[in-house]
Amino acid sequence: MKETRVLLANIDEPDLDKIEVYERLGGYRAMRKALLELGPEQVLHELEASGLRGRGGAGFSMGKKASFIPKGAMDKYLCCNADESEPGAFKDRLLMQKNPHMLVEGCIIASIAAGANKGFIFIRGEYELQADILDAAVAEAYDKGYLGERILDSDHSFDLVVHRGKGAYICGEETGLLDALEGKRGNPRLKPPFPANQGLYQGPTLINNVETLCNAPLIIEHGVDWYKQFGVDNSTGTKIVSISGNIQRPGNYEVELGVTVRDIIYGLGGGPPEGRDLKCFFPGGSSAPVLTKEHLDLPFTYEAMAEAGSMLGTASMIVVDDSQPLVPLALRLAEFYRHESCGKCVPCREGTNWTVKVLERVDEGEGTPMDLDILEQVQGNIIGNCLCVLGDSMAMPVASMLKHFREEFEQHMEAARRRRDLAELEHLSAPELAAVPEAGPA
Amino acid sequence: MADRAEEVRDPGALRATTLPPGWDEAVDLEADAATIPDPAEVEVPAELRAEIERLMSLYPDRHSATLPALGAAQAVHGWCSPLAIRQVAAVMQVTPAYLSSVATFYDMLRTERPARSYVYVCTSVACHLRNARRVYQALAGEAEAQGLDDLDLREFECLGACDMAPMASFDGRYVGPMSEEDAAEAIRQLKAGETVLPGRGLEDPGFELPFPAPQPEEELEHPKVEPAGGAWPEADEQEPPPAEGPPPHRREIREPFAPGTSYAGEEVDPFTRDVVEPEEEEEGEE
Repeated sequence: MKETRVLLANIDEPDLDKIEVYERLGGYRAMRKALLELGPEQVLHELEASGLRGRGGAGFSMGKKASFIPKGAMDKYLCCNADESEPGAFKDRLLMQKNPHMLVEGCIIASIAAGANKGFIFIRGEYELQADILDAAVAEAYDKGYLGERILDSDHSFDLVVHRGKGAYICGEETGLLDALEGKRGNPRLKPPFPANQGLYQGPTLINNVETLCNAPLIIEHGVDWYKQFGVDNSTGTKIVSISGNIQRPGNYEVELGVTVRDIIYGLGGGPPEGRDLKCFFPGGSSAPVLTKEHLDLPFTYEAMAEAGSMLGTASMIVVDDSQPLVPLALRLAEFYRHESCGKCVPCREGTNWTVKVLERVDEGEGTPMDLDILEQVQGNIIGNCLCVLGDSMAMPVASMLKHFREEFEQHMEAARRRRDLAELEHLSAPELAAVPEAGPA
Repeated sequence: MADRAEEVRDPGALRATTLPPGWDEAVDLEADAATIPDPAEVEVPAELRAEIERLMSLYPDRHSATLPALGAAQAVHGWCSPLAIRQVAAVMQVTPAYLSSVATFYDMLRTERPARSYVYVCTSVACHLRNARRVYQALAGEAEAQGLDDLDLREFECLGACDMAPMASFDGRYVGPMSEEDAAEAIRQLKAGETVLPGRGLEDPGFELPFPAPQPEEELEHPKVEPAGGAWPEADEQEPPPAEGPPPHRREIREPFAPGTSYAGEEVDPFTRDVVEPEEEEEGEE
């Protein structure tokens, strides 16, 4: 199994974050082409024809999103969503740290397509190193005249600001990001109106993920036909896959969409540690429902993942091996979403809290068989009932674990209850308890 | 969970402590309604004032500078203290209540007096699978054993470095992968004010993950990257198209925006908050 390096082709080049090195390797050529040769309509057409889909999770066509921005003279904005907080995702960190100018160039091209004159890169506050690198890259681009008034004497003007978030997962949701950028608490908004019509400061706004924008220079420079040779049908291009969890070689790997999941996990990641077997994996970050061994031979595309009942999402694969009990994992997952729920919608605020409570009961030996039914019901009541998908992001993986591994949940509950009874009735200490075989794994 | 229950011996208290801070604090209904502080009455360090004013000038709406401005004040004061919030409010001309509503929402803005240094141990899903909780417990145990009290050590949500799992952020410096054996050394270095585990931070020169490199069966595939339609002309060979029509100019600011918001290039009367019309029009162009 080999990588197909397009986005990451030059990533190991030393000093790639300096504009001289980036330009020597062909950087900012696509911007010139878009600005001086193609013009806004043609750029928009190329992006749409390339079939590039959003890499931030939802997988919506990037060109189509840009085409929803109304035409005409008005204040329009571009936002780059660099608030990468999904557990398991670390691809944007690599791109921004090593190749910040690719993102700046992508932002300029997207601004041409959308007619935006003001852009913001909303980067999560924890990425202090990466934000400093981006700041330096933006300053270099201003010095060269690639940003600012009348770029390269064309009549397109574009200002770009790096905006640091302050640590809230919900700001990765596009309308939550807009509220945070306006200086408010990052609560998601009711949609419609969609950001393309009323977004930042109520103006039309195009919001794209870092990796999506990094694809734009490649498409513009090499053309649609070149780009479409990668990937399959409706999932064109390459995708950076971040592999983590119980895996031998965690890291970022770039693959063509359409390779099999087995190739990614075993070919690139090296599979679970020696002597362990795969139990399940999250194909697209912790928000994606888990898939099991039987799904290993599916092609890694948006459609195939959706058909299997999960999603490609951010393509952040978290691999779980057979030594991991699932109840503490589900509990940890639910605790994350409980902490990060902004509290605006009741199903999410209460549902995440109840899920944690029920899972704690199950894990501590206080659960009853009814608890699993309650758990299932709570998840069903969250999905689709909130302004944004944060609640769904917890409900879907927890529900999927329950669906695929209900037997293990029941066994875990029984074992925990037995351990608790032994501890209470027989006054066994923790080490003595561990020696009792019937008590089951911890 | 069970081990944590053992630590505190009271599941009820356990649940209360894992809730966000401030959730059960009563509101002081007797307090005076906060108003926008008078800039003449609040003393603001000149550097902080200049930084906040610079930040406000970056955005079409000055409220957008709230997060970076609070971050700048936190860098000066160490935390978003009532004084820090008052100073930001005076410069930005917003109410302190608005600022504290924002500050309490974000994890990285501290609304309590901080310790000398912080250690955020990621215990989210990917790190959890690689024994992050044991690393956290080892660090907590060592901090206690070595008597390092002035430390904000906590479990944190995903820090976006799952390839380094299990990892921790030492005052913003990402270090990983960590093991339980590193705890004693890390706490000793923290206490002595040294760099924690040098060479293992993400930003350290030559940092590499200690995992066996993939054994490529063949060369990595680099697809041909010649531009479609021939090579692109050099910069000096390019001719910009003739600019047609008048040059771009700043667009007018229109509703709907709340009164009192200001934009770059627009003057707002500080007393009436009306937009001051420029006295002379820009020179017309043929």
